[in-house]
Amino acid sequence: MRPLPHLFMTEAVALLEARDLSKSYGPVQALLSADLVVAPGEVHALLGANGAGKSTLVKLLTGVIQGDEGTISVRGRELRVGSPARAARFGLAPVFQDPALVPDLTVAQNLRLTGADARAVAQRLAEMELDVDFTELTGDLPLPLLRMIDLARALAREPELLLLDEITAALPSDLAERVFAVMHERRERGRSVLFITHRLKEVIATCDRATILRDGTAVATIVPQEGGEERIVEYMLGPEAARAVGEAIERDAQVMGPRDADAPAALEVESVSIGHVQGVSFTLRPGEILGVAALEGQGQDELFDVLSGERTPDSGEIRVGGRAFKARHPYDAIRAGLVLVPADRLRALLPQRSVRENIASPRYNRFSRWGVINMREEGRRVRNAVESLQIDVRAGRQVRRLSGGNQQKVTIARWLASGFATLLCFDPTRGIDVGTKRQIYVLLRRLADDGGAILFFSSELAEFPLVCDRVLTVFGGRVTAELVGEAADEATLLRAMHGLVEDEAVA
Amino acid sequence: MSSAPATVAPLRRAPELRRLVRRHGWTIGVYLLLFALILYWRSQTTLPWGPFDVQSLAIDALPLAFAACGQAIVVISGGIDLSIGSMMSLVNVVSARLMVDAGFEHALLISVLLVLAAALVGALTGLTIVVTKVADIIVTLAMLFVLGGAALWVLTIPGGGVPAHYASLITVDTVGTKWLPAAVLVLLGAVVLLWATVRRLRPGLALYAVGSKRSAAYLAGVNVPAARIAAYAYSGAFAALGGLALSAASGLGDPHSGDIYTLNSVAAVVLGGVSLLGGVGGLIGPIAAAFVLTLVKTILIIKGVDQNWAQVIQGTLIVLVVMIGGLAIRQKGKSGG
Repeated sequence: MRPLPHLFMTEAVALLEARDLSKSYGPVQALLSADLVVAPGEVHALLGANGAGKSTLVKLLTGVIQGDEGTISVRGRELRVGSPARAARFGLAPVFQDPALVPDLTVAQNLRLTGADARAVAQRLAEMELDVDFTELTGDLPLPLLRMIDLARALAREPELLLLDEITAALPSDLAERVFAVMHERRERGRSVLFITHRLKEVIATCDRATILRDGTAVATIVPQEGGEERIVEYMLGPEAARAVGEAIERDAQVMGPRDADAPAALEVESVSIGHVQGVSFTLRPGEILGVAALEGQGQDELFDVLSGERTPDSGEIRVGGRAFKARHPYDAIRAGLVLVPADRLRALLPQRSVRENIASPRYNRFSRWGVINMREEGRRVRNAVESLQIDVRAGRQVRRLSGGNQQKVTIARWLASGFATLLCFDPTRGIDVGTKRQIYVLLRRLADDGGAILFFSSELAEFPLVCDRVLTVFGGRVTAELVGEAADEATLLRAMHGLVEDEAVA
Repeated sequence: MSSAPATVAPLRRAPELRRLVRRHGWTIGVYLLLFALILYWRSQTTLPWGPFDVQSLAIDALPLAFAACGQAIVVISGGIDLSIGSMMSLVNVVSARLMVDAGFEHALLISVLLVLAAALVGALTGLTIVVTKVADIIVTLAMLFVLGGAALWVLTIPGGGVPAHYASLITVDTVGTKWLPAAVLVLLGAVVLLWATVRRLRPGLALYAVGSKRSAAYLAGVNVPAARIAAYAYSGAFAALGGLALSAASGLGDPHSGDIYTLNSVAAVVLGGVSLLGGVGGLIGPIAAAFVLTLVKTILIIKGVDQNWAQVIQGTLIVLVVMIGGLAIRQKGKSGG
């Protein structure tokens, strides 16, 4: 294995030392005297369930928000951060999941805006084998590429500490590999990286140490290779919660069995073509979770757009419950019982409004007689949904204040409250912590057992065998294989997703 | 779900010309519209038509062009300035009172000081918005009343005056060619001096950045409050130039002279291709739009259309043009994939 740098003697001359950081938002205590020490020349992971305080800690370190208490020092010098520009002067360079690039300016203008050296950035991009036209508007470039540009810009400043906040979420694996290469290179050169991610495999493969947050406090700093994923999860969730979730999944796995193949289909898709999609057909039955696995840009976006009523297919036929389905608007799809849980939660939510309004909003089209909203009925349904999904509503007055996992639960809860026939989940666990992820797996299974049909796309291959009864792999706009859920391990999926198998196993 | 296409493939590079049209198509369109209107205007007059007509159009359009420049900068930075009209009135009456007995050089000095003072007042407006976090539209609406009241306090009824030489700054025939009015030269001079020199530097880019995506700009280390305050300072300065243009054109101070420019500047900005959402556009488009709006009014007068109907027609035209432009862009977006 790679040599561990002189980790444990470096505490005294830590590069970054944060002590007793606290921050509360109204009634919610996001951080409660949290500590974090990053040594020079190490790749340090920051882990925690959603709402554990990771984002808050990162925002404090980068000067995006001000803390209530505590100190941050760099090489022993106390730093009152104050603003992102100030944090940069102290050698901290963050790269966020949502890149700090302005869409209406060109790449070159964005670099000039921050005083970055365009030639150094171009050099960094070339090292990562990326070809970027600096005269393009950044708004015209795909998100993964923007993250890489943001990374190159941060590297061009030669920072002491590179802060990577969920940069690998939804990043194609080839680009993620290049990020890991950068992290290795930083370590070789004695610089440090603080890596925030939900993917524990990445942490184990790349990080020297990991600090784990739970309920706003750092509960442990460990060497991730020792003890593996389960140990990390246990720290993240607390020992009891980890066991409970594990059992729930096991129990559900036993119930999972072959479905009645003769039941009438909830959704039939017959040789549908649109954009990248060329003649895709499949059938989804009530009580079934059907996975769709594909590499980036193989047509899965278009397929979900069509089913959720956002676009109309160029050709082909869709039947819902046996009846022809033609939607010109998401409203038509919702009325037909086809409802969407998108990866980008804020796309589906009303961020300024309350949890209750968000959950009830699809109903505003429906049961209100004469336009009057039945508040009691609404309250009852919302409460039921909130309870069955265990949504933390302490900050529920405005949905934007909830953690990512809780927001995603709200997008599912709204369909629970308003009723649906087929749930379309497009990467529903993107950027969500392990604990909430497992809750969502359990929930999807429960919904299926209650007779719902679920179409499930994920960018995380490990989820398919956990969640799905059947998995279709799509490559180049066509279905390349259909696998039984349990057989859909990562290796098989990857081969099928690259078009290397043609209908190998059939359910 | 507009998630990204495959990223490893080298990016397709649009040909230079096509990209130019895509990015500046709207501005080009507004200039074509202006050109078409000028041809139509010419065909409609029975009297001889020459440099004099172009010059009077330029003088008519100058105050609105300045107002549109100020408004455009604020809108680009993600705000809106409803105080422009009152600021113009105030500068108009103050200049008319101070210049009434002044010599030419003295009048020039007063002009420079007034522009600086107006920029300062604009900066204070911006500071109020940034510090109190009250919405732009509310603070500038309040300033509309404050400055309007101040203008009435300075001059209750139209009066004052400017030196003849000062007025001729924008009314004189230009040396060289008679077809290039002095008013246009003054306008271009001011825009180049105040805006074109900073637009591509960090402060100018910061204005675009805070209007385009404020959170990203902040994370990138842009001083967001400073950029927003600067935008309002710009707006104040351009409104002052507009007020001075009113003084020079009319030779009078009138406390209500600027009233129509608040909303007309918004119209010019929208017609000039500046996105009300911020981050997109420039000053070249709104300037042409200011000329278009002025020319439409002139043509309607020539055609003998009733003043009240003229307003209705003008409003309808703005909506139609913006709508057609929006449709064209959306259509292009669809076919382009």
